[in-house]
Amino acid sequence: MSAVAELRGAAMRLGGRTLWERLDLAIEAGEFIAVLGPNGAGKTTLLKVLLGLVELSEGTAAVAGRPPREGRDRIGYVPQLRAFDRELPLRGRDLVGFVYDGPRQAGRSAVDAALEAVGASGYADAPVGRLSGGEQQRLRIAQALLARPPLLLCDEPLLSLDISHQQEVTALLDRRRHQDGTAVVFVTHEINPVLPYVDRVLYLAAGRWAIGSPAEVFTGERLSELYGTTIDVVRVRDRIVVLGADGEIETCHHHVH
Amino acid sequence: MNLGLYLEQSFAQHALIAGALVAVICGLIGPFVVMRRMAFAVHGTSELAFTGAAGGLLVAGNAVAGALIGAVVVAGLLTALGAEERDRDSTIGVVLAFGLGAGVFMLSKYDGFATAATNILFGDIFGVSNGQLWLLLVIGLVVAAVMVSIRRPLLFASVDAEVAAARGVPVRALGAVFMLVLALTVTEAAQIVGTLLVLSLAISPAAAAQRLTASPVAVTWLSIGFALLATEGGILASLASDTVKPSVFITAISFGIYLTARLVSARRSVAYG
Repeated sequence: MSAVAELRGAAMRLGGRTLWERLDLAIEAGEFIAVLGPNGAGKTTLLKVLLGLVELSEGTAAVAGRPPREGRDRIGYVPQLRAFDRELPLRGRDLVGFVYDGPRQAGRSAVDAALEAVGASGYADAPVGRLSGGEQQRLRIAQALLARPPLLLCDEPLLSLDISHQQEVTALLDRRRHQDGTAVVFVTHEINPVLPYVDRVLYLAAGRWAIGSPAEVFTGERLSELYGTTIDVVRVRDRIVVLGADGEIETCHHHVH
Repeated sequence: MNLGLYLEQSFAQHALIAGALVAVICGLIGPFVVMRRMAFAVHGTSELAFTGAAGGLLVAGNAVAGALIGAVVVAGLLTALGAEERDRDSTIGVVLAFGLGAGVFMLSKYDGFATAATNILFGDIFGVSNGQLWLLLVIGLVVAAVMVSIRRPLLFASVDAEVAAARGVPVRALGAVFMLVLALTVTEAAQIVGTLLVLSLAISPAAAAQRLTASPVAVTWLSIGFALLATEGGILASLASDTVKPSVFITAISFGIYLTARLVSARRSVAYG
């Protein structure tokens, strides 16, 4: 199997509600897939399936041809920005080093290399609670990519970052995936910050899904079908704005290029 | 009486040995207690050690064994009731209130009420029998061994639970193990400083240490060092003073170390902006 990860006939039901069903998805090496959709559409749940933390209701999931649970060491994971206590005794290098499980002597240089690769060497010894959001997310990327996994899962890593940090972090992710041929699955509620890098979009909504290039998925017709209501898609320069009956559904609120 | 004469006595030697062991395990768990915001869990389990001790006295005339059994029960109860969740503080508060009431009742049925209560609440390391000391030593060594072996994944799970879970670290199981280790450590410490003053060994040294360094390994060593300084210093000062309980000196030294650490870190942040 050439795919880094694969879902076949996958369905997810939670509390009698269908999040998505009959989902077929093959994630190829080096591919950047953005996963979009409203809150509660099952975006994070999809990542949890790939991590082997949640079982599918139907269908099969595989990472590197094996059940997800066995593939965890082949997956990097970047979470949302979270606040660390200012006094927390933890440095950037400690955060990155958590995922290292090789011989002890080589640990320091492996962590140093990972920090260097994301440009975080300058604050490697500072307490994480005192770093900016952008600096913290750089450390997260170093942590996630330390073991050079073929698959990187990101769950809203840009949330509560300002625009310049959003651009920095996405550009860094893109550079790293080209260097290592890492496949990226990127859960986000906003397509625009990642639009320049995205190969395919998986849009989850109202129990249905659509997949394809951004140009294929972001059409009024396609999204109206998904939501089951009239949706307009407007393009403003290189940005996409999605409008529903109640106004903007999917946009970047203060996004200025 | 002369301090040198006391140090030739086995009761003083035993106290110093038990004190050192308790200091080491308190120093080991302290940074995690602070990181996981479990100060109230420490306070709760230590006051519940009072209930266990009262029960032990009433049933078998053995406060230490009662407190240790009580600690295991409390850890299990708090874990089962969701002590790892967001409503942890209220859960502990509820269990603590009931437990203390039960403790007071059991102690009222016990003949030596006054002395026993004082010893449990404020510590009585010089009064611990040989058999009890051995029990404390064995359990202390087990706790230390467990903490050393789970230190790294526990640190990961404590500061970064989401990513740890994604990496397959058993976050919930580690939380339950830590709760048990914490309850046992607190019970051990209660024998020396008493259930009301356990925080001086389980929190203060770690809180002081993390003011001085951001390295988790260095924090652990400093916290062990501070706990040892407070415990051994407190026991020696108590022997020298003849009448004052060690817990008084231990809490004072502990507080002094904490204040010093705050001063040092404040001066440092002024110096480096």
